[in-house]
Amino acid sequence: MENGFAAQITGVLAALILLTAFALLVQRRIYGLLHIFAWQGLFLSISAAVVGYSTGLRHLYISSALTLALKVFALPYILYVLIHRLKIQKEVEEVVNIPTTMLIGIALVIFSYHLTSPVRELSTLMTRSTLAVALATVMLGLLMMITRRNAVTQIIGFLSLENGLFFAATSATYGMPLVVELGVALDILIAAFIFGIFFFQIRTTFDSLDIKEMEKLKEED
Amino acid sequence: MTGQFYPAIIEGVQVATVLLAAPLLVGWVRALKCWSQGRSTAGLFQPYRDILRLFSKDIVLAENASWVFRAAPYVVFGATLMAGAIIPVISVKAPLAATADVIALVALFAIARFFTALAGMDAGTAFGGMGSSREMMVASLAEPALLMSVFTVSLVTRSTSITEMVRVLSTGPFVLRPSLAFAFLSFAIIAMAETGRVPVDNPSTHLELTMIHEAMILEYSGRHLALMEWAGMMKLFLFSSLAIALFFPWGIAGMGGWLAGTAGLAGLPAAFFFLALKLALAGVAIVFVETGLAKMRIFRVPEFLGTAFILATLGMLSYFMLE
Amino acid sequence: MGFRGTAIWSAVPFQGRGVVIPSPLESVSLSVVIFLVTAAAAPLLKSRQASLINIAFSASAIASVIAAFAGFNAVATGAVETMVLPVGLPDLPFYLRLDATSGFFVTVTAVLVFFVSIYSIGYLKGFIGHPAGLAGQRKVTSLAVFYCLFVAGMLMVVLADDAYFFMISWELMAAASYFLVVFEDENKEARRAAFIYLLIAHVGAILILLSFGVMAGLSGGFENFNGYTFSAMRASHIPGVWKAAAFFLSFFGFAAKAGVVPLHVWLPEAHPVAPTNVSALMSGVMLKVAVYGMVRVSFDLLHVSDWRMGGVVLVMGLVSAVMGILYALMQVDLKRLLAYSSIENVGIILVCLGLAMIFKSFDMTALASLSLVAGLYHITNHAMFKGLLFMGAGAVMHSTHERNMERMGGLIHRMPQTAVFFLVGCLSISALPPFNGFVSEWLLFQAFLLSPSFPTPLLNLIIPLGAALVALTAALSARCFVKVFGVVFLGRWRGQHDTTVNETGLEMRGAMGFAAFACLALGLLPVFFIGWIDAIPRELVGGRVSETASEFGWLWLTPVAAERASYSAPVVFAGILAVVAAAYLLTRIPRAGVRRAPVWDCGFEKITPRMQYNSTSFAMPLRRIFGFLLSVRETVRPSGADPAFPKRLTYRLKIRDRIWHGCYMPVADASFWIARRFGRLQHGRIQIYLLYSFATLILLLVFA
Repeated sequence: MENGFAAQITGVLAALILLTAFALLVQRRIYGLLHIFAWQGLFLSISAAVVGYSTGLRHLYISSALTLALKVFALPYILYVLIHRLKIQKEVEEVVNIPTTMLIGIALVIFSYHLTSPVRELSTLMTRSTLAVALATVMLGLLMMITRRNAVTQIIGFLSLENGLFFAATSATYGMPLVVELGVALDILIAAFIFGIFFFQIRTTFDSLDIKEMEKLKEED
Repeated sequence: MTGQFYPAIIEGVQVATVLLAAPLLVGWVRALKCWSQGRSTAGLFQPYRDILRLFSKDIVLAENASWVFRAAPYVVFGATLMAGAIIPVISVKAPLAATADVIALVALFAIARFFTALAGMDAGTAFGGMGSSREMMVASLAEPALLMSVFTVSLVTRSTSITEMVRVLSTGPFVLRPSLAFAFLSFAIIAMAETGRVPVDNPSTHLELTMIHEAMILEYSGRHLALMEWAGMMKLFLFSSLAIALFFPWGIAGMGGWLAGTAGLAGLPAAFFFLALKLALAGVAIVFVETGLAKMRIFRVPEFLGTAFILATLGMLSYFMLE
Repeated sequence: MGFRGTAIWSAVPFQGRGVVIPSPLESVSLSVVIFLVTAAAAPLLKSRQASLINIAFSASAIASVIAAFAGFNAVATGAVETMVLPVGLPDLPFYLRLDATSGFFVTVTAVLVFFVSIYSIGYLKGFIGHPAGLAGQRKVTSLAVFYCLFVAGMLMVVLADDAYFFMISWELMAAASYFLVVFEDENKEARRAAFIYLLIAHVGAILILLSFGVMAGLSGGFENFNGYTFSAMRASHIPGVWKAAAFFLSFFGFAAKAGVVPLHVWLPEAHPVAPTNVSALMSGVMLKVAVYGMVRVSFDLLHVSDWRMGGVVLVMGLVSAVMGILYALMQVDLKRLLAYSSIENVGIILVCLGLAMIFKSFDMTALASLSLVAGLYHITNHAMFKGLLFMGAGAVMHSTHERNMERMGGLIHRMPQTAVFFLVGCLSISALPPFNGFVSEWLLFQAFLLSPSFPTPLLNLIIPLGAALVALTAALSARCFVKVFGVVFLGRWRGQHDTTVNETGLEMRGAMGFAAFACLALGLLPVFFIGWIDAIPRELVGGRVSETASEFGWLWLTPVAAERASYSAPVVFAGILAVVAAAYLLTRIPRAGVRRAPVWDCGFEKITPRMQYNSTSFAMPLRRIFGFLLSVRETVRPSGADPAFPKRLTYRLKIRDRIWHGCYMPVADASFWIARRFGRLQHGRIQIYLLYSFATLILLLVFA
């Protein structure tokens, strides 16, 4: 019964993560994106903790705490500061045709459900049903990176993709080994700083953060 | 011996509740709104006074209004009240509940909408046509989303009959269901659109470019207007009751659970209490949303309803994926 | 228990008091013979047009009554009757067969033909009577002849039990309808439409012929003709790949006739230019005869058992439904709008059939029969309400001499009864209870809602999305018909001349009244109808619905189980009527007066009829939302010195069928290109032509 209830909670959290992934796809304002991203991290962290509690795997607590610190507080804060410094908070991004994007998103969810169905039948883990959601989150993150034009939103898409990978690890094998997770966390943090530096560089070079400007970076005929 | 009349009594009580409590709900929402904006209210009972006053007023008909215009208020009122007899507002024992399942219920509201839209076009004004056109646009986008939302609930309960849905949801073991949460969010968005509340339509405006429902009933007066207004109030009441029945059914009488347990009439007082409580909270939620949001441009509405559709679809997907 | 077992006529002919009562098959054959004789005899009355109309169309009304009763009886008893006619080629007699399925289509066809024949008597007088008739004065002899041949062809297709007779009847139907479309042949538009129609009909016929070839060859061998009867095809077991080939060939062949997107392009061209009584029949029943072909081949002859075939049908149906209604919404020509709406309804019928195939391939016979019944119900409904709407459109055109809705308005005051009937048609097609369109749509939704019991998880996920599309279609069609009724009948007259708009004649109103009544009856008493057609799902998919559907008597429709879903149209109808009556009486208690005044319109005084919303403006929001699916070109050009204060605004809107320009124009261009290349072979010198023949002969001798 205990385990069943934990499975229900992870199910709800998986649904919430999926919801935030969709919300990231449709949100136009950059601050809104940051909030949603922080919420996604929070759900991820809770779900890792719940899985850790119900399976008795200690290292999941550490991942959960790491996720909480990094993805709910640190990264959104860094991005917030970046946005503030770059003075792009007023920018409302033009998103390509939201309904179409959402329909593609739905198709991706169905596709990932289809892809993970063999795993679901073989696995005996409590979290096996959330694997489809994890894969869908990865794909939705990629979709977001494809459809957005602003560099900052692209980074958020990338981070959300990473969230999906983390969730996949939790649901497929109850998390990666701790060393790997620590390494990934460090990578993400460093990546965030590098992004920041790059943003300033892009900004000073092109006077805009619209990645359309990068189209100029090709060899002239 | 009198037990055999219980179903008829319950049905009568329910219809009376729908008729009489609908203006009260609207009054409650208006009063809450006034308080939240620091204005003084006209009182909870102002909608009753409005309706009564309209009934005694003369009717001014547009010169070229046809019988469709004169018949529409009665048909709209009739279809809405019929819906009120079917939704289990206070008890699942109402005998007319089997008349229509949730799909047919949606179609009953569609009849009302169809005739309102026709009435809007009858006088031959620009406003009326604009209202009809917009109303039908909103409806045609809301309907698929509504169906998906209802469909998710019917997946969980394996039925489309509302009383059966209520029974399964309120007597089964408590399970956390993300699918129902999604379906509820989607239903809430659609209900806001269908009942003409703020982000989609503004019930208290006569600004030509913002109105939808008001534009259609612009030419009405006297008892026709009273019936139209009353039907509109009942629609708000019924969508709230439907949301309660589908997503928060605990406390509706006649199920034999630990709440409002016994069949027959004994469960009714408790059912009334829970209904009043839930509707009051629904009113608070409506005011909360309406105060927090601005009315959107008409061409933002498709996106808003598209969100409802995606939410409902996510609900369905998460039923298959996570439950 | 409905009509099961209650036969009006016995299935076997018997002698009673010296009168031979013919069996159903004989009666339907008799009715076909009456149609053929009428067609042959009509030219004799050429000089007396008025009596020609009376006699020819009364004869077809009588013949259709005979056929309708016989078909009704054949469905009710569920008996199978066959007949062999020793005509045709030697050793290839015609096989005829009347089972429940063909009986059903005979009934639907005959009932609508009955209504339309009565209607035609009034309608065609407009052609001969007044000099200011619809297209001036003209002879209607050819119309009467081909009308009868057309109906006879449709009935023969349904009766045919071998590929040979089927194709002959099919071609008779196609050819007769071609001449009906081209009836007003001085009109360039009509000639063009008829040409496209003939072309696509023939492409379809070739596909059907190939499909029959595959089935006949695999059932009786390619060397002889033994396999050409349907019974031989039915008995044979066709291997998988060939089965798919035969299925898709016949499906696309019939789809071309049924107007399924992307094979629909002829339909919106041909329906508007044909005389309205013919459009009513083409839309109401000819499309259904094509659907009959699909049902016959896929369920009866091929025993389709692969869900992917059903999936293709389902997807094609959904695409047709959504695209059909979107194009319908954009139309300003009343008949063209109805034609596009027929595409939508055929799409819904295909959705039902596709679902039935999918259910059947998983051996869920109860659900397969539920979807099949929904499809058959919708076939009947569409015949009734689309026939009614076309007749109403004809009445409007008859009175206003106008097809463009932008120049109508306020007709409810001039044509009150037509308006009522047309309103019934609009309510039915918009799937509003208690009318008939709702019942079939409701049954379809129930079938959709039960789809999650498939063993394949992916299908469980995807098929419900189809239900959402059907819901979208239903809502859009409600919107479309609010527009039609609102623009044509309500508001004020938008036209230029305001001379002679009067109510139509008694025959036309009577026919529309019958059809409107049928719409209401089919909507109110679905349990009887489902009981009546019970034999068809048993015959085709081996399941039945009627037992559960009528479990609680005729008042309640419970297709699966009472706790699953129930619907009672009579109670809905009575309930609404009761409330309306009570409200009407009670609101009269406070004595309030009624007076007429100019339109208020928020105090705007200078309102003119040109300020009303018209068809184009009513459809504008959807044009904006779904514009990416259509090809819309919209330009506003101000003229005058100052663009900020233009003297005139020119508004141009062009909506084209994307499929026509995307799929058909390239093919047409390519074939012209090839034809021109081949044209070079033509020199006019006889020696070179002889050289061609000689070269061909040599080549054949080398390779043969």
